[in-house]
Amino acid sequence: MSDKILQISNPVLSISNLSIAYGKDKYAVKDVTADVKRNAITAIMGPSGCGKSTLLRAINRMHELYPNIHTQGEIKLNGESIYGISTTKLRRKIGMVFQRPNPFPTMSIYENVIAGYNLNGSKLKKSEKDEIVESSLTDVGLLDEVKDSLNKKGNFLSGGQQQRLCVARALAFKPDVILMDEPTSALDPLSTAKIEDLLVELKEHYTIILVTHNMSQAARISDNAMFMYLGELVEYDKTKVMFTNPKDSRTEGYLTGKFG
Amino acid sequence: MEREAIIGEKDHSNWRELKNRLFFGTVVVLAGITISPILLIVYKLLAKGLKQINFDFFLKVAPDTLQAMTAVRNGEIIPGGIANGITGTILMVVVASLIAIPVSIVIGIFLYENQGKKYANLIRSLTDILQGVPSVVLGLIAYIWIVQGVTKGFSALAGSVALAIMMLPLIIRSTEETMKMIPISIKEAGAALGVPYHKIILKVMIPSGFSGLMTGILLSISRVLGETAPLMLTTLGSTTINFNITKPTSAVPLQIWEFYNNPNMIDLVWSSSLFLMGFVLTLNIIAKRISMKYS
Ligand SMILES: Nc1ncnc2c1ncn2[C@@H]1O[C@H](COP(=O)(O)OP(=O)(O)OP(=O)(O)O)[C@@H](O)[C@H]1O
Ligand SMILES: [Mg+2]
Repeated sequence: MSDKILQISNPVLSISNLSIAYGKDKYAVKDVTADVKRNAITAIMGPSGCGKSTLLRAINRMHELYPNIHTQGEIKLNGESIYGISTTKLRRKIGMVFQRPNPFPTMSIYENVIAGYNLNGSKLKKSEKDEIVESSLTDVGLLDEVKDSLNKKGNFLSGGQQQRLCVARALAFKPDVILMDEPTSALDPLSTAKIEDLLVELKEHYTIILVTHNMSQAARISDNAMFMYLGELVEYDKTKVMFTNPKDSRTEGYLTGKFG
Repeated sequence: MEREAIIGEKDHSNWRELKNRLFFGTVVVLAGITISPILLIVYKLLAKGLKQINFDFFLKVAPDTLQAMTAVRNGEIIPGGIANGITGTILMVVVASLIAIPVSIVIGIFLYENQGKKYANLIRSLTDILQGVPSVVLGLIAYIWIVQGVTKGFSALAGSVALAIMMLPLIIRSTEETMKMIPISIKEAGAALGVPYHKIILKVMIPSGFSGLMTGILLSISRVLGETAPLMLTTLGSTTINFNITKPTSAVPLQIWEFYNNPNMIDLVWSSSLFLMGFVLTLNIIAKRISMKYS
């Protein structure tokens, strides 16, 4: 295996020879092989259109929502193929946070956090629900800010608070992995800083994969970093190593701002 | 030179003022032309129909010719009311809604989910064509299908089917438009929580688009409330209150037509029309309110 790809022992996720095409032969992800470290933040970087979102969405099979998608290769979560379980089960173990905060507009803050259970028809006692909501909101540092308005709709919250609510919604399942696709790109600097702090705290209990356009964000908070270019995983290394001593000229070009 | 300039300016501003006035005048006249039919209708309905509106009007069935004739001769208001028509209209609209709402919402969501696909475009075009079919033709179809085929006689069910077919294209369209307005990200949020497709539709999309769906439904109901021709061919009418959907049933617009054909009951034409207009207007206002409140 190439020395440009970081080797990881006991990975939470292992992706092997993953290729994804929209339509017949428009490949967005080409033969990607990579393991993801447990309880760490892994950043995925690369210029626009290089396949970051497609790769990320493949991990919880959200990319299958698009028509005419063709997927080859394998992804294993804790050693088991993600294709061996239902998407419902898979997405309980691998949560997702999107670019724009997307709380359910018809639901209260409380209902939003517990939505994963309610929408799937899980029967939980009120006390169990209360506990999940409280711990999820505590984890994202939102409980104090919203504890008096749990039964109000979330639309009065700021963008950053809404995004934290969406993280809480994903945390409610206590997933193994949380996928985040540019979660701060729609937020102001202050909210961005809060989310970054949050991610660093969360990695104690969760594995986070973070697509970001923001190189300094990747440098600040990620442990490992992938660099993708035209669908290929060009380089994958410890973030510090990649930023100080990139092995591939394309990585270097991107990090020094020659393109992207 | 200076003088000339000032005079020139003055002419200019006069001309502008004239233009403004002309424009304003035109707007007022055109607005007047638009509003006057409505005002005239409402005025006429109130002036001629209001005196008949009392408790009996809502609680009693239509009088027979003799009762009406006697009342008219004695200069009294006509006894009785349109309870058979009101109950019939409500019965048929409820049944029509029960048929049309689920079918149209399913089709509307199907169209939304299959944007740009050939068969979806075909169905959309058919929906547009259906909207253009004259209601009397839909009445004929319901006559053949239901009156001849199912109930073996005039029936409320046949009327409901005719009305339901009229409601279909309206609700289908409004469902599709409503769904398009909901951000995709809301749907994705559901999918990312592992919620199966049908539950996303039922528990996320439909509640999110509730006001849009409701508006479409109310407008389609108010659209069919006044339909007369298809009901003549399907439910015929009835002098009594009837809740059996396999039997002939009255309806407010049918009664208006019957009253119109009976010289002794002309007054009831006005009061029934006033009622129908009020009903439709109320539904429209509620629909507007809902769409304003939730958007
Ligand atoms: N639904 C789709 N249908 C067809 N092609 C798509 C679709 N989504 C993405 N693509 C194509 O796949 C390639 C990779 O897209 P992707 O969204 O994964 O890139 P990205 O790295 O996330 O870009 P960005 O940084 O702009 O978000 C692009 O060429 C894009 O045009
Ligand atoms: Mg992307």
